[in-house]
Amino acid sequence: MTKDAAIPMTCYFDTKIGRRGLVAGSASMIAAPTLWARPAQAQATAVIDVDKARTDPIPIAIPALAGNGGEADRIGRDIAMVITNNLARSGLFRPIDPAAYIGKTGGTTGDLVNFQNWKAINAQALVTGKVDSQGGDKVRVEFRLWDVLPGQQIQGTAYTTTLSNWRRIAHIISDVIYERLLGEKGYFDTRIVYIAGSGPRDRRVKRLAIMDQDGENNRFLTDGGFLALTPRFHPTRDQIAFMSYVNDRPRVYTFDLASGKQAMLGNFPGITLSPRFAPDGNSVIMAQTTSSGADIYLVSLAGGARRLTDSGAIDVSPCFSPDGSQIVFNSDRGGDQQLYVMGSDGSGVKRISFGRGRYATPVWSPRGDLIAFTRQTPDAFAIGVMRPDGSGERILSESFFCEGPTFAPNGRVIMFTRETAARDARGNGFSSRLVSIDITGFNERAITTPTDASDPAWSPLLQ
Amino acid sequence: MNTKILGAFAAVALLAACSSQETPKPAPQAAMNKGPVPGSQEDLVANVGDRVFYEFNKAALKGAGRAANNMTTLDKQAAWLAQWKMNNVQIAGNADERGTSEYNIALGAKRAAASRDYLVAKGVAATRISTISYGKDRPVALGSNEEAWSQNRNAITSVR
Repeated sequence: MTKDAAIPMTCYFDTKIGRRGLVAGSASMIAAPTLWARPAQAQATAVIDVDKARTDPIPIAIPALAGNGGEADRIGRDIAMVITNNLARSGLFRPIDPAAYIGKTGGTTGDLVNFQNWKAINAQALVTGKVDSQGGDKVRVEFRLWDVLPGQQIQGTAYTTTLSNWRRIAHIISDVIYERLLGEKGYFDTRIVYIAGSGPRDRRVKRLAIMDQDGENNRFLTDGGFLALTPRFHPTRDQIAFMSYVNDRPRVYTFDLASGKQAMLGNFPGITLSPRFAPDGNSVIMAQTTSSGADIYLVSLAGGARRLTDSGAIDVSPCFSPDGSQIVFNSDRGGDQQLYVMGSDGSGVKRISFGRGRYATPVWSPRGDLIAFTRQTPDAFAIGVMRPDGSGERILSESFFCEGPTFAPNGRVIMFTRETAARDARGNGFSSRLVSIDITGFNERAITTPTDASDPAWSPLLQ
Repeated sequence: MNTKILGAFAAVALLAACSSQETPKPAPQAAMNKGPVPGSQEDLVANVGDRVFYEFNKAALKGAGRAANNMTTLDKQAAWLAQWKMNNVQIAGNADERGTSEYNIALGAKRAAASRDYLVAKGVAATRISTISYGKDRPVALGSNEEAWSQNRNAITSVR
């Protein structure tokens, strides 16, 4: 921690065309003003763990970053707002209402902080910064994170980038705040790929779409001429695997985000579905339908496929453990849909779900500690988590219909689809929305999307 | 076990064939003015039956409720396809909304395959039948109740 403040360093976070197709920027650490540079004490800065922050969210003040006029002023305000929204939505922070701020905050930068004013409103952490328009499209965003009680700088970083990149800078800063105060990686500089739904249910248009994790920067990736379903991110590349009904041949395709190029994955006679990339990014695990059900295959992106199950039942929705050693999937081989775990070569199949109802769509947490799933009972659907051995099952959210959990890259938050029932025979009242929830079951929130939405998949942290 | 079931299917088929012979086709003159063109999709829907139904989470053709007439419908489809040899068909399997989407796609595929296999057993060339599954994405009934769900658990045959 102290090294960051004491030794200026430069790192490039986005050296080529970024994962969002944005222009490169650079980040450099900035030292604390000498007045407050007390490294030995900064080391002692209290990091509050996530469990404590759930019950007692961290009070944090995020005044507008000070601009040097014009567009820079606006960006300074907008960055503070995006950070505020990110931290508030996590449920682990309590951004203080700017109306409570005391004294001058508009020009707050490192050397002007009056900590008494922030202590007075019980801010535990404070974010300050400035935005300097440097001519043309170039902008320098400087931010500092302060521990208010001792008046110490926890972090100082400057980013040089283009104006259009301001939103991403706000997400990166949000992640830095999360990590410095909670001691683990954030998930704000991420995106969600999902299916945008529109039109009547019997002629539903389903398009591939992508947005930032906060619902901004929405972009439709397919035109709706064919059904698109279940997109999933590549672990490192700008690539998605999804199911496409193009040409009336439902198959798994890859979609290249930079070029828009789509390619059928493998050459299977049956329908292929439920793709997920292997953790090494070199292959996709997915299912192929047969006359009697569906089998699970590991399909190499370089070509070639290997069948891993052959139960004569419906085996679908496979997902690797983060270390690549195991695969969880759902199968009705025992009668009803249940969750099974097997080795990455298909050996040693073992049932892990034994609760009431049918279990589906298992997904392994990036932390490796949990498997999230959909559970179906006669009257309701639920999203839950269990340990990989099937123990410790907990239901997080239950409703008329929900399915398809996906983990944030830090394993702390789950997003899923929730649908409401149609209230009449014309389908009125039906809706499909994305919902996020903390893995403890608290802080459930709907995600705002331009159309109905389903099938979310959370990206890894952007690089 | 399997041969027994096939035997039962064959018996049903014979009955169906008999009954269709006993009921002569309506006079062609009437068909010229009104009603669907014989051999068309509309003819299949109106005079044969284009769909069969399945019980909840099942892909077996034998069932109760709406599924009770499945064999009769498929026998009529087989006879119709024997008559209209130029027609190729697609069988689309569907599921109700009370299931997860990936599983439902596989279930729909299994339902379509069950219908196809029956028609093939009745003598329709396998090359004339393609199958597809829409899972729960192409419901015919838009409500959220058993009345709608029972209609949406189906396999629909259409001329291609």
